[in-house]
Formats: sequence, C-alpha cells, structure tokens
Amino acid sequence: MSYNKEAEKFIDGKFKELIREKSTFRDELTYIVDKDSIIDILKFLYEDEQFEYNFLTDLTATDWPERDERHEVVYLLYSFKDNTRLRFKVRLKEGEKLQTATVIWDSANWLEREVYDLFGVYFEGHPDLTRILTPDDFEGHPLRRDYSLTYEIPQFSYNKDEPPEVI
Amino acid sequence: METKHMTLNMGPQHPATHGVLRVKLTLDGERVVEAYPVIGYLHTGIEKTAESKLYHKVVPLTDRMDYLAPMSNNLGYCLAVEKLLDLEIPAKAQWARVCLAELTRINSHLVWIGTHAIDIGAMSMALYGFRERESILHIYELVSGQRMMSSYFRIGGLSKDLPENFNEEVQKVLDMLPSRIREYEDLLTNNRIWRNRTVGVGVLSREEALKSSITGPMLRACGVKHDLRKAIPYSSYDKFDFDIPTRTGEDVFSRYEVRVEEMYQSIKIAQQAIDGMPEGAWEAKAPGIVSPPKEKILHEMEALIFHFKIVTEGFHPPEGETYVGIESPKGEIGFYIVSDGSPKPHRMRVRPPSFINLASLNKICKGGLLSDVIANIGSVDIVLGEVDR
Repeated sequence: MSYNKEAEKFIDGKFKELIREKSTFRDELTYIVDKDSIIDILKFLYEDEQFEYNFLTDLTATDWPERDERHEVVYLLYSFKDNTRLRFKVRLKEGEKLQTATVIWDSANWLEREVYDLFGVYFEGHPDLTRILTPDDFEGHPLRRDYSLTYEIPQFSYNKDEPPEVI
Repeated sequence: METKHMTLNMGPQHPATHGVLRVKLTLDGERVVEAYPVIGYLHTGIEKTAESKLYHKVVPLTDRMDYLAPMSNNLGYCLAVEKLLDLEIPAKAQWARVCLAELTRINSHLVWIGTHAIDIGAMSMALYGFRERESILHIYELVSGQRMMSSYFRIGGLSKDLPENFNEEVQKVLDMLPSRIREYEDLLTNNRIWRNRTVGVGVLSREEALKSSITGPMLRACGVKHDLRKAIPYSSYDKFDFDIPTRTGEDVFSRYEVRVEEMYQSIKIAQQAIDGMPEGAWEAKAPGIVSPPKEKILHEMEALIFHFKIVTEGFHPPEGETYVGIESPKGEIGFYIVSDGSPKPHRMRVRPPSFINLASLNKICKGGLLSDVIANIGSVDIVLGEVDR
C-alpha cells in the first residue's frame, strides 16, 4: 500500500519550515518535525477536509540512547478517505517535555500514559499522566534501551570490589 | 437530599472481567458515575523481550499476547518483517494463512460469545461456544502440533507444509459451523432477557468511537464500514469475496450482531480458501532468511551452513521501519518494527486493539447501571494478555 502523493506534496508545501527530515521506506512516508509544532500539525490534519488524516492509529516511541536526542515519539495517522497512512516523529532530549495530543484524540490518553510509563517521556497538559502497565512504585522506564532486561548479580565479599556484573 | 458517591472495586479477581482487569467504579446508587480501568497485572514485557531475540524467535512471543487469536498475531508480525525484508510469499502460504486466520476469527468469536453470554446469564452458551471451538483447536493441532500456541506462520511462509487431510478436516468444521451459529442466534437474538440486557446498553457514538481510535467489530457496530481486509488488503484478501457487516445501533446488541455476522463471513472466506488452495511452495525462496528443507540440511553442506547461520546469527534486514496493521478478531493489530540493521529488532511495537478499545470503557459505562458494566466489558471483547502485553 503506497502513501498519498498529493498529501505529501501538500504537507511539504504547507509545513515547509517545520519539517526537519522526510523519508520513505517500503512505501511508508515519515516526517520528522519540530517538537513544538507537532500538535499544531496534527490538529491541522485532524480538521483538514481534503485528506482527512483524522484517525490516530498508534502513538508510541523508540529509544536511541547513543543519540543526543534520544527519544523518538511516533504518531501514526490514518485516513479513511483513501486508506493511507502517514507517520510523524518528534525527537526529544532526555527530560524534554512534549505537548499532549489528548486535546485532539481521546485515545492519546492511554497511549501517552504508556509512553510515559515505559520510556519516561513527559506530556504536558495530560489529564492523568500516571503509570499504566507497571506498578505505581516501579522505578525506571523498562522500554529504554539501556534498561537491563535481566538482573545484577548480588555482590558478596569475594567480589565486592569488582564492578557489578549484569547477566 | 444529600447523597454520597460510593467507590466500588471490581476485580482484578473477578469472573466477569475476562482476566485480571480491575475497574474502579464510582457509583451514585445503581448508576455509574465513573469507571476507571486499572490494567497492567499481566504485563510481561513482550515488547522488551522481543528486542533481545532474533527476528525468528519473536514469533512464539506473539502467540502469547492474544491467546485466543494466535494465528492472527503470527500473521501480523510475519507480514511486518516480510515487508521489512521485501519478501514475496508463495500463493499457497498466503491462502493457508487466510484460511487459518479466518478460523482464528471464528475461534475468538466463539469464546467471546460463550463468555459474554455467561456473564449476562445465558449459561449454556459457554458450553456450546467452547464445544465448537474444540473443532478449530483440532485444526490447529493438525497443522502445527499445538492446540493454542501454534506459531505456525513463520517469516517467509509456514513452519511446515499443510497436512494431506487439511482440506477434508477444515471442510468438516465449515459444514458443521453454520447450523451451530444459527442455533446460537435462535437462543439469543430474539431472547427477551438477552435483548433487555443488550439493546440500548453501552452506547458509544460514532464520533466518540473515531476519536477514541476504536477498531474492529466495535467500530463496525457504530456504522463505520471499515475493515483492513478490504481497506488495505494483505495476504491476498483482495482475491476473496466477502462482505463487511455493519450495524448502526452503537450498543452491545449491535456488537453482538456484527460478530455473529462476521463468523458467517469467515466461514465463507475459509471455504473459498480451501476450494482454491493453490499447489506449490509454502515457503519463500530466500536463502539466509528461510531455513532450507530438513532433508537438504541432512544431506547438503551448504544447506546445513544456511540452517546453522539462521539459527545462531539470524539475518540482517535493512535499516528502516515498517508498520503493518491487520484485521484481527479484536480490531486492528499492528506491528511496528524498527530495524537498525542488526539481527534483532531495535523496537517491536504492537498496536494492541484490546488496549485501545478498553480505554473507552468509561465512556461506555458512564451513566449506565452497575449490572450493565459486565455486559459492557464483555462487548468490548478484551484479552488481558494483549492489553498488558
């Protein structure tokens, strides 16, 4: 399924200054945009009647600890009009906050809570930003790439001077 | 008169929450003021685990999310990786996938109708639903050797060829099912108790549903004719003839009607799949990605090397990201895979239909009666294994 070429042309022109990168891979169109303008773009597309990218299929994140802007928040939009998808991404530094998308879609509520819980990305203006999948007293954000999947070996007298080993 | 709201805790250990779902209910007498679902009791970190596994070895993890629809989950994951690799799948494998995915839909809906009806008080439905499901589990066992965690679809095709008597056995199931589903309809559709419990209950309007990213039968019960099998056809669904059932009631009863109608459509598709099952290969020709046949591994050096490399090292897909969404029994299940060129996925995200559909539970329950909360949870059709992942 290919993407909508007209929508691509339209977005390229309309949000010229806000787009940082654009890529296509396997017929999927992805935009990386400025973090302060993402909600405005999404809101515009939500209300837009020409292409109708008004359905939030998914909201998630990826983590790249080796990069300066380590978090990538991913918005996947869908248009019922011509059955195409459109992906927007925002890059964030550790600790940077993002505006919530709950002002546009109700489904963003739980999806943002999940991203907050598993990646530690804060969404400003979210009505109920609490942990959702892990317990309330859980420490850390498990889907970060540097969060160890397993546990550390307890340190005993014979190895207490060595650095902790992770299995 | 001054009244006070009461908070009632429902679950996580409750027979009608279909697993470990907890709902914090704020009540004004019998009326629900707020229903706040608390989830995460079954969180197993499947997405995290997938990041430390080779692409092949993620397939069994996907079974364990929505354990009522293992084949649908396998299919979604395999399609996403195949898209990443740009792999062409032979026709026989595609047809077999369609046939089994549709049987999976019937399987999931049968368990749903059984558990949903027993929640509302129709005890015998649970027994009937599970009885018919048994015949589908028999097909699972026939093809993969497993009744539930089948892992039958693999990257590049199937795990092994379909057994010789596959068509006959599926035919038996397809011959038996329509009359049984008609029996359920006789028992429920015009049953006064059933109608009283479901018609006009748990209304979710079309606008609200779209704002909440609802997919699947719940969306179709709001009159939106959307089905990914037609909208973005995958695995040759465009070559099959079927309808998308929709209703406009927006209530629990409409969701029931849509799902029952879907079972008939699935039977129709599965019938077409076994009638037109193509001959030929059931695995893509992709050395280094798809393991060679066992006979070759035992007799040829090169095949053995490929097999060894696939098992130990895996394969290196190109850098990039793909998303594939398929129509699972619960709604759109999507797999978003980010590859950094290494043999393990950098990120494997599952777009969970149950999770997103459950998020609107408050809207469905608000203002309704306490006893209808049970009917509403049932009508969303959740599997907590997939909600929490």
